[in-house]
Amino acid sequence: MAFVNVKKKEVQAKIVYYGPGRGGKTTNLEYIHAKFSSRIKTEMVAIKTHGDRTLFFDFLPFDLGKIRGYDVKIQLYTVPGQIKYNATRRLVLRGVDGVVFVADSMKVRREKNILSLRNLQENLATYKKNIFNIPLVLQYNKMDLSEQGIPILPVATLEKQLNSKLKAPSFEASALIGTNVAKTMKKIISMTIASLQKDLK
Amino acid sequence: MEYTLSEEHLDNIERILQKDFMELGVHCVVLIDMAGNIISSLDNGEMAQDIYSLAALAAGNFGAVSAMAKIVGEEEFSLLFHKGEKENIHFSKIMDDFLLISIFGRETSLGFLRLKVAEANEKIKKIFKS
Repeated sequence: MAFVNVKKKEVQAKIVYYGPGRGGKTTNLEYIHAKFSSRIKTEMVAIKTHGDRTLFFDFLPFDLGKIRGYDVKIQLYTVPGQIKYNATRRLVLRGVDGVVFVADSMKVRREKNILSLRNLQENLATYKKNIFNIPLVLQYNKMDLSEQGIPILPVATLEKQLNSKLKAPSFEASALIGTNVAKTMKKIISMTIASLQKDLK
Repeated sequence: MEYTLSEEHLDNIERILQKDFMELGVHCVVLIDMAGNIISSLDNGEMAQDIYSLAALAAGNFGAVSAMAKIVGEEEFSLLFHKGEKENIHFSKIMDDFLLISIFGRETSLGFLRLKVAEANEKIKKIFKS
Protein backbone atom coordinates (compact mmCIF):
# COMPACT_ATOMS: atom_id res chain seq x y z
CA MET A 1 0.00 0.00 0.00
CA ALA A 2 1.65 3.18 -1.14
CA PHE A 3 2.15 5.98 1.33
CA VAL A 4 1.52 9.55 0.27
CA ASN A 5 3.31 12.03 2.51
CA VAL A 6 1.52 15.34 2.03
CA LYS A 7 3.97 17.12 4.29
CA LYS A 8 7.14 16.13 2.44
CA LYS A 9 5.27 15.93 -0.86
CA GLU A 10 6.52 12.41 -1.35
CA VAL A 11 4.97 9.16 -2.56
CA GLN A 12 6.46 5.77 -1.73
CA ALA A 13 5.24 2.79 -3.73
CA LYS A 14 6.28 -0.86 -3.65
CA ILE A 15 6.84 -3.00 -6.73
CA VAL A 16 7.64 -6.69 -6.32
CA TYR A 17 9.38 -8.94 -8.88
CA TYR A 18 7.79 -12.36 -8.51
CA GLY A 19 8.37 -15.68 -10.28
CA PRO A 20 9.89 -19.14 -10.09
CA GLY A 21 13.35 -19.77 -8.64
CA ARG A 22 16.38 -19.04 -10.84
CA GLY A 23 14.12 -17.13 -13.21
CA GLY A 24 16.07 -13.85 -13.20
CA LYS A 25 14.30 -11.61 -10.69
CA THR A 26 17.51 -10.61 -8.92
CA THR A 27 19.25 -10.22 -12.29
CA ASN A 28 16.54 -7.71 -13.31
CA LEU A 29 17.29 -5.62 -10.24
CA GLU A 30 21.05 -5.92 -10.70
CA TYR A 31 20.73 -4.68 -14.26
CA ILE A 32 18.52 -1.76 -13.18
CA HIS A 33 21.00 -0.90 -10.44
CA ALA A 34 23.89 -0.79 -12.90
CA LYS A 35 21.98 0.99 -15.66
CA PHE A 36 20.29 3.70 -13.58
CA SER A 37 23.09 4.39 -11.14
CA SER A 38 22.41 8.14 -11.32
CA ARG A 39 18.92 7.65 -9.88
CA ILE A 40 19.93 5.07 -7.32
CA LYS A 41 22.21 6.49 -4.73
CA THR A 42 22.45 3.47 -2.48
CA GLU A 43 23.67 -0.08 -2.67
CA MET A 44 21.23 -2.81 -3.50
CA VAL A 45 20.26 -4.75 -0.39
CA ALA A 46 20.34 -8.50 -0.93
CA ILE A 47 19.61 -11.15 1.67
CA LYS A 48 20.87 -14.34 0.12
CA THR A 49 22.12 -17.80 0.99
CA HIS A 50 25.75 -18.88 0.65
CA GLY A 51 24.81 -20.41 -2.68
CA ASP A 52 23.82 -16.95 -3.92
CA ARG A 53 20.11 -17.71 -3.97
CA THR A 54 17.72 -15.07 -2.64
CA LEU A 55 16.78 -16.04 0.91
CA PHE A 56 14.45 -13.22 1.86
CA PHE A 57 14.42 -10.40 -0.66
CA ASP A 58 16.47 -7.93 -2.68
CA PHE A 59 15.66 -4.28 -2.29
CA LEU A 60 16.43 -1.33 -4.53
CA PRO A 61 15.03 2.17 -3.97
CA PHE A 62 14.51 4.10 -7.20
CA ASP A 63 13.95 7.87 -7.36
CA LEU A 64 11.55 8.63 -10.14
CA GLY A 65 11.65 12.40 -9.80
CA LYS A 66 8.62 14.63 -9.51
CA ILE A 67 5.07 13.90 -10.66
CA ARG A 68 2.56 16.69 -10.08
CA GLY A 69 4.91 18.18 -7.51
CA TYR A 70 5.32 14.94 -5.58
CA ASP A 71 8.68 13.22 -5.23
CA VAL A 72 8.02 9.65 -6.27
CA LYS A 73 10.12 6.95 -4.66
CA ILE A 74 9.67 3.47 -6.03
CA GLN A 75 10.85 0.57 -3.90
CA LEU A 76 11.76 -2.44 -6.01
CA TYR A 77 11.75 -5.82 -4.27
CA THR A 78 12.29 -9.40 -5.35
CA VAL A 79 10.99 -12.49 -3.58
CA PRO A 80 12.80 -15.80 -3.09
CA GLY A 81 11.55 -18.04 -5.90
CA GLN A 82 12.16 -21.42 -4.29
CA ILE A 83 8.92 -23.16 -3.38
CA LYS A 84 9.92 -23.77 0.25
CA TYR A 85 10.21 -20.04 1.00
CA ASN A 86 6.53 -19.24 0.65
CA ALA A 87 6.25 -17.66 4.10
CA THR A 88 8.92 -15.07 3.26
CA ARG A 89 7.43 -14.53 -0.20
CA ARG A 90 4.14 -13.63 1.40
CA LEU A 91 5.87 -11.23 3.80
CA VAL A 92 7.51 -9.35 0.95
CA LEU A 93 4.14 -8.95 -0.78
CA ARG A 94 2.73 -7.06 2.16
CA GLY A 95 1.63 -3.62 0.97
CA VAL A 96 2.56 -4.30 -2.68
CA ASP A 97 1.37 -1.79 -5.29
CA GLY A 98 2.54 -3.44 -8.50
CA VAL A 99 3.95 -6.82 -9.58
CA VAL A 100 6.32 -7.95 -12.33
CA PHE A 101 6.01 -11.66 -12.93
CA VAL A 102 9.33 -12.91 -14.29
CA ALA A 103 8.63 -16.15 -16.14
CA ASP A 104 11.41 -18.50 -17.17
CA SER A 105 11.05 -19.15 -20.92
CA MET A 106 13.05 -22.39 -20.83
CA LYS A 107 10.93 -25.33 -21.91
CA VAL A 108 11.88 -27.33 -18.81
CA ARG A 109 10.46 -24.61 -16.54
CA ARG A 110 6.98 -24.57 -18.05
CA GLU A 111 5.31 -26.13 -15.03
CA LYS A 112 7.25 -23.98 -12.55
CA ASN A 113 5.93 -20.77 -14.13
CA ILE A 114 2.35 -21.91 -13.83
CA LEU A 115 2.80 -22.98 -10.20
CA SER A 116 4.50 -19.72 -9.30
CA LEU A 117 1.77 -17.61 -10.94
CA ARG A 118 -0.88 -19.55 -9.06
CA ASN A 119 1.12 -19.04 -5.87
CA LEU A 120 1.20 -15.29 -6.56
CA GLN A 121 -2.57 -15.28 -6.91
CA GLU A 122 -2.97 -17.16 -3.59
CA ASN A 123 -0.53 -14.95 -1.72
CA LEU A 124 -2.13 -11.76 -3.02
CA ALA A 125 -5.48 -13.11 -1.89
CA THR A 126 -4.19 -13.37 1.70
CA TYR A 127 -3.91 -9.55 1.57
CA LYS A 128 -7.33 -9.32 -0.07
CA LYS A 129 -5.74 -8.35 -3.38
CA ASN A 130 -6.87 -9.68 -6.71
CA ILE A 131 -4.33 -10.65 -9.35
CA PHE A 132 -6.77 -9.39 -11.99
CA ASN A 133 -6.91 -5.87 -10.49
CA ILE A 134 -3.39 -5.18 -9.32
CA PRO A 135 -0.96 -3.50 -11.77
CA LEU A 136 0.84 -6.49 -13.29
CA VAL A 137 3.41 -6.94 -16.06
CA LEU A 138 4.66 -10.29 -17.36
CA GLN A 139 8.24 -10.73 -18.46
CA TYR A 140 9.31 -13.76 -20.49
CA ASN A 141 12.93 -13.94 -19.50
CA LYS A 142 15.96 -15.78 -20.89
CA MET A 143 14.93 -15.36 -24.51
CA ASP A 144 18.64 -15.07 -25.37
CA LEU A 145 19.17 -18.72 -24.50
CA SER A 146 17.62 -19.87 -27.78
CA GLU A 147 20.80 -18.69 -29.52
CA GLN A 148 22.71 -21.24 -27.49
CA GLY A 149 20.41 -24.01 -28.63
CA ILE A 150 18.53 -24.29 -25.34
CA PRO A 151 14.85 -25.13 -25.94
CA ILE A 152 12.71 -22.06 -25.31
CA LEU A 153 8.93 -21.88 -25.19
CA PRO A 154 7.47 -19.81 -28.02
CA VAL A 155 5.92 -16.52 -26.88
CA ALA A 156 2.50 -17.67 -28.11
CA THR A 157 2.71 -20.68 -25.78
CA LEU A 158 3.81 -18.55 -22.83
CA GLU A 159 1.00 -16.12 -23.52
CA LYS A 160 -1.52 -18.93 -23.71
CA GLN A 161 -0.31 -20.64 -20.56
CA LEU A 162 0.21 -17.61 -18.36
CA ASN A 163 -1.57 -14.62 -19.83
CA SER A 164 -4.72 -15.87 -21.54
CA LYS A 165 -6.95 -14.75 -18.69
CA LEU A 166 -4.80 -12.04 -17.14
CA LYS A 167 -4.23 -10.17 -20.40
CA ALA A 168 -1.43 -8.18 -18.75
CA PRO A 169 1.21 -6.33 -20.78
CA SER A 170 4.09 -8.70 -21.50
CA PHE A 171 7.67 -8.42 -22.70
CA GLU A 172 10.19 -10.87 -24.08
CA ALA A 173 13.38 -10.17 -22.24
CA SER A 174 16.87 -11.11 -21.27
CA ALA A 175 17.69 -9.84 -17.80
CA LEU A 176 21.32 -10.87 -18.19
CA ILE A 177 21.90 -8.82 -21.34
CA GLY A 178 19.36 -6.19 -20.38
CA THR A 179 16.91 -6.61 -23.25
CA ASN A 180 13.56 -5.09 -22.27
CA VAL A 181 14.49 -4.92 -18.57
CA ALA A 182 14.06 -1.14 -18.53
CA LYS A 183 10.89 -1.42 -20.64
CA THR A 184 9.37 -3.89 -18.19
CA MET A 185 10.21 -1.61 -15.28
CA LYS A 186 8.90 1.51 -16.99
CA LYS A 187 5.65 -0.23 -17.82
CA ILE A 188 5.01 -1.45 -14.28
CA ILE A 189 5.96 1.94 -12.83
CA SER A 190 3.59 3.79 -15.16
CA MET A 191 0.76 1.36 -14.39
CA THR A 192 1.39 1.61 -10.66
CA ILE A 193 1.57 5.40 -10.72
CA ALA A 194 -1.59 5.57 -12.84
CA SER A 195 -3.41 3.52 -10.22
CA LEU A 196 -2.20 5.89 -7.50
CA GLN A 197 -2.61 9.08 -9.46
CA LYS A 198 -5.99 10.09 -8.20
CA ASP A 199 -4.30 10.94 -4.90
CA LEU A 200 -1.52 13.01 -6.44
CA LYS A 201 -3.47 16.19 -6.84
CA MET B 1 -4.49 1.25 -3.03
CA GLU B 2 -2.80 4.01 -1.11
CA TYR B 3 -3.22 5.85 2.14
CA THR B 4 -2.28 9.28 3.34
CA LEU B 5 -2.09 11.14 6.63
CA SER B 6 -2.98 14.78 7.02
CA GLU B 7 -0.25 17.35 7.50
CA GLU B 8 -1.57 17.95 11.00
CA HIS B 9 -1.24 14.24 11.86
CA LEU B 10 2.28 14.15 10.47
CA ASP B 11 3.20 17.30 12.43
CA ASN B 12 1.86 15.77 15.61
CA ILE B 13 3.77 12.54 15.05
CA GLU B 14 6.96 14.48 14.38
CA ARG B 15 6.44 16.47 17.56
CA ILE B 16 6.19 13.27 19.59
CA LEU B 17 9.29 11.82 17.98
CA GLN B 18 11.19 15.03 18.63
CA LYS B 19 10.13 15.44 22.23
CA ASP B 20 10.15 11.83 23.42
CA PHE B 21 13.15 10.57 21.47
CA MET B 22 15.44 13.20 19.99
CA GLU B 23 15.46 15.20 23.21
CA LEU B 24 16.31 12.01 25.06
CA GLY B 25 19.50 11.73 22.99
CA VAL B 26 18.36 9.07 20.53
CA HIS B 27 20.44 9.26 17.33
CA CYS B 28 17.65 8.50 14.90
CA VAL B 29 13.97 7.63 15.15
CA VAL B 30 11.81 6.38 12.28
CA LEU B 31 8.14 5.48 12.08
CA ILE B 32 7.42 3.05 9.24
CA ASP B 33 4.54 0.90 8.08
CA MET B 34 4.77 -2.85 7.65
CA ALA B 35 5.20 -2.48 3.89
CA GLY B 36 8.49 -0.71 4.62
CA ASN B 37 7.31 2.83 3.79
CA ILE B 38 8.69 5.67 5.91
CA ILE B 39 6.01 7.79 7.55
CA SER B 40 8.22 10.07 9.59
CA SER B 41 11.90 10.19 10.44
CA LEU B 42 14.18 12.40 12.50
CA ASP B 43 17.90 12.20 13.17
CA ASN B 44 20.56 14.16 14.97
CA GLY B 45 22.29 15.20 11.76
CA GLU B 46 25.27 12.94 12.41
CA MET B 47 23.78 9.77 11.04
CA ALA B 48 24.44 8.88 7.43
CA GLN B 49 22.30 5.79 7.15
CA ASP B 50 20.23 4.84 4.18
CA ILE B 51 16.91 4.88 6.02
CA TYR B 52 14.92 3.56 3.04
CA SER B 53 16.91 0.33 3.10
CA LEU B 54 16.73 0.28 6.88
CA ALA B 55 12.93 0.58 6.73
CA ALA B 56 12.64 -2.22 4.16
CA LEU B 57 14.83 -4.52 6.24
CA ALA B 58 13.11 -3.59 9.51
CA ALA B 59 9.67 -4.39 8.08
CA GLY B 60 10.95 -7.69 6.71
CA ASN B 61 12.74 -8.50 9.96
CA PHE B 62 9.65 -7.77 11.99
CA GLY B 63 7.54 -9.91 9.70
CA ALA B 64 10.00 -12.78 10.09
CA VAL B 65 10.00 -12.45 13.87
CA SER B 66 6.19 -12.41 13.93
CA ALA B 67 6.20 -15.67 11.97
CA MET B 68 8.69 -17.10 14.51
CA ALA B 69 6.39 -16.01 17.34
CA LYS B 70 3.53 -18.00 15.85
CA ILE B 71 5.72 -21.10 15.57
CA VAL B 72 6.46 -21.01 19.30
CA GLY B 73 2.81 -20.35 20.12
CA GLU B 74 2.96 -16.60 20.71
CA GLU B 75 0.61 -14.23 18.93
CA GLU B 76 3.53 -11.84 18.43
CA PHE B 77 6.74 -10.43 19.87
CA SER B 78 5.81 -6.80 20.05
CA LEU B 79 9.32 -5.45 20.55
CA LEU B 80 12.81 -6.26 19.36
CA PHE B 81 16.18 -5.06 20.49
CA HIS B 82 19.54 -5.40 18.73
CA LYS B 83 22.66 -4.50 20.68
CA GLY B 84 25.81 -3.28 18.99
CA GLU B 85 29.22 -1.89 20.03
CA LYS B 86 28.25 1.74 19.50
CA GLU B 87 24.72 1.74 18.14
CA ASN B 88 21.67 -0.19 19.29
CA ILE B 89 18.32 -0.56 17.60
CA HIS B 90 14.96 -0.87 19.30
CA PHE B 91 11.83 -1.81 17.36
CA SER B 92 8.32 -1.55 18.71
CA LYS B 93 5.07 -2.37 16.99
CA ILE B 94 2.43 0.36 16.98
CA MET B 95 -1.04 -1.03 16.40
CA ASP B 96 -1.10 -3.70 13.69
CA ASP B 97 0.48 -1.83 10.85
CA PHE B 98 3.27 0.38 12.10
CA LEU B 99 6.73 0.04 13.55
CA LEU B 100 8.74 2.53 15.56
CA ILE B 101 12.51 2.19 15.17
CA SER B 102 14.95 3.96 17.50
CA ILE B 103 18.71 3.97 17.01
CA PHE B 104 20.62 4.99 20.09
CA GLY B 105 24.07 4.86 21.69
CA ARG B 106 25.50 3.93 25.07
CA GLU B 107 24.51 7.25 26.63
CA THR B 108 20.80 6.39 26.42
CA SER B 109 19.37 3.94 28.92
CA LEU B 110 17.39 1.11 27.39
CA GLY B 111 14.96 1.09 30.30
CA PHE B 112 14.19 4.76 29.92
CA LEU B 113 13.86 4.41 26.17
CA ARG B 114 11.38 1.56 26.59
CA LEU B 115 9.35 3.74 28.91
CA LYS B 116 9.33 6.51 26.31
CA VAL B 117 8.41 4.05 23.55
CA ALA B 118 5.43 2.86 25.59
CA GLU B 119 4.30 6.47 26.12
CA ALA B 120 4.81 7.41 22.48
CA ASN B 121 2.96 4.27 21.40
CA GLU B 122 -0.15 5.45 23.21
CA LYS B 123 0.15 8.98 21.83
CA ILE B 124 0.65 7.83 18.25
CA LYS B 125 -2.27 5.42 18.53
CA LYS B 126 -4.46 8.34 19.53
CA ILE B 127 -3.33 10.30 16.49
CA PHE B 128 -4.08 7.44 14.11
CA LYS B 129 -7.48 6.97 15.64
CA SER B 130 -8.40 10.65 15.64
